[in-house]
Amino acid sequence: MATRKNGISPLMVALHVGAFVPLLWTVWDFWQGNMALAINPFQEVTFRTGKAALILLLLSLAVTPVNSVFGWRQVIPMRKWLGLYAFMYGLLHFAIFIVDNGLVGGGISAVALYEATFKKRFALVGFAALMILLPLAVTSNKWAMRQLKKNWKRLHRLVYLAGVLVIVHFIWLVKSDVREPLIYGAVLTVLLALRVPAVRKSIRNLRSRRKNPRTIAVDGA
Amino acid sequence: MAQKIPSSEITPEHIYLSRRKFMTGAGALAATAAILGVAGCNTSPTAPAASGSNTAQSGAPAKSQPEAPAAVQPQTDELGDPLNTFEAITNYNNYYEFTTTKEDVAAMAQGFTTSPWQVEVGGLVNNPKTFGMEELLRFEQEERIYRLRCVEAWSMVIPWVGFPLRKLLEEVDPKSDAKFVRFETVFRPEEMPGQRSPWYTWPYVEGLRMDEAMHDLTLMATGLYGKDLLPQSGAPLRLVVPWKYGFKSIKSIVKIDLVDKIPVSLWMAAAPNEYGFFANVNPAVSHPRWSQATERRIGEFGRRATLPFNGYANEVAHLYDGMDLSVFF
Repeated sequence: MATRKNGISPLMVALHVGAFVPLLWTVWDFWQGNMALAINPFQEVTFRTGKAALILLLLSLAVTPVNSVFGWRQVIPMRKWLGLYAFMYGLLHFAIFIVDNGLVGGGISAVALYEATFKKRFALVGFAALMILLPLAVTSNKWAMRQLKKNWKRLHRLVYLAGVLVIVHFIWLVKSDVREPLIYGAVLTVLLALRVPAVRKSIRNLRSRRKNPRTIAVDGA
Repeated sequence: MAQKIPSSEITPEHIYLSRRKFMTGAGALAATAAILGVAGCNTSPTAPAASGSNTAQSGAPAKSQPEAPAAVQPQTDELGDPLNTFEAITNYNNYYEFTTTKEDVAAMAQGFTTSPWQVEVGGLVNNPKTFGMEELLRFEQEERIYRLRCVEAWSMVIPWVGFPLRKLLEEVDPKSDAKFVRFETVFRPEEMPGQRSPWYTWPYVEGLRMDEAMHDLTLMATGLYGKDLLPQSGAPLRLVVPWKYGFKSIKSIVKIDLVDKIPVSLWMAAAPNEYGFFANVNPAVSHPRWSQATERRIGEFGRRATLPFNGYANEVAHLYDGMDLSVFF
């Protein structure tokens, strides 16, 4: 898969630094007295970590088409880390949501936790997406790839389903104005469409007709 | 000694309110308070409050002054829960006419024109009338500490200033066939960018059944914390119906009609399966997308159980006798 050797590219440095920007930004905003963070911190941090998870997940899904369609191979090593960071923010998002909803009247309420996680469809699909990402995060290493062989790619194709569930989660969460989740949904649709062999080939043909044929057939999930 | 200045700087409203409560409690002194208020403040008719506040800030030490013993304790609602701060109340607002981002409403609403302001009251009434804001402020302005429970499952305790809607309705003399009251927010897309959004049917509309409208708890608010309402809170005139979800308490009202059919509110039109006409706070009836059993009181770490009718069941539950509240949500 990844052809690059272990050297650290500027792209990877940008990725690792960038992945912590949402977290550091939140800390900074809190320190600066941001109103939403001061007044309803649980909800605001839930929103922010959720948004970070969504964007990172979409970025991880952009890696394969960027390589396969545009032939930019340097991005390949980023895919794993973008996925892992998306999972990290997803986990944080869920943990804060649980604390936000589970603490009632000074104690932990099992009923409230159950209701928050399983009774509402938006929460349920979000939870399902996280549960799908969990085995993907656990198997995102060379050892697991070797063990799972062909199944590794099959398993990791579940990320498409996770992406769809996350968009549904977002749409079901908002009140009426679904523009924002639909924008993310449109991005996801494009990223998934670029994986369809026919679409990929026609775009590649278009490119090679304009430039010299130097596209490399690198396959990817 | 060192405590005096910080305490009056941080919570001038509390000191004012406690002071006012004490004076009101003292009975004979209440009248004096009102006179002092009017005399001390010419800026606006609601300002007795502001004037009291100033007095407390400039002169009265919070703890040692014998006239204001209540200042030591924070002000609470009748259940003993403390007021939310003025900062929280005026910086965390659902006001989609400006923006859907709660913490941005205050900035977006700055400069919104609230004067001059007129409210047209008509429909099925014998004396239709258009009231100027100054006329409405001639109704005796009372202070009411109410819990506000948002349908999004957060809540605050807010010291409103205003007058019962009933007094206004009595002035226009509703006809016997008037069954509902329909309220309308100002439509001013040039000042309210959210009203250009095609997702909702502007202007904002809300409604009450006649008996709900005439209930003593139903308030037309003109201020909070003893000050005039700020634009983000629905200036200059808004409804407050404390036993219903916050969206019923329509802001910046310009039109009130008495009608014989159930008004269709903006939220009923936008999502009829999610928002009903009654919208009484009810922990037993979930919103389709989330539970209403608990709420986050702004400023508290954990959540708390939501009370039926937001804690006003004794006052209002009888209005809904015999109604299935899971149907009439």
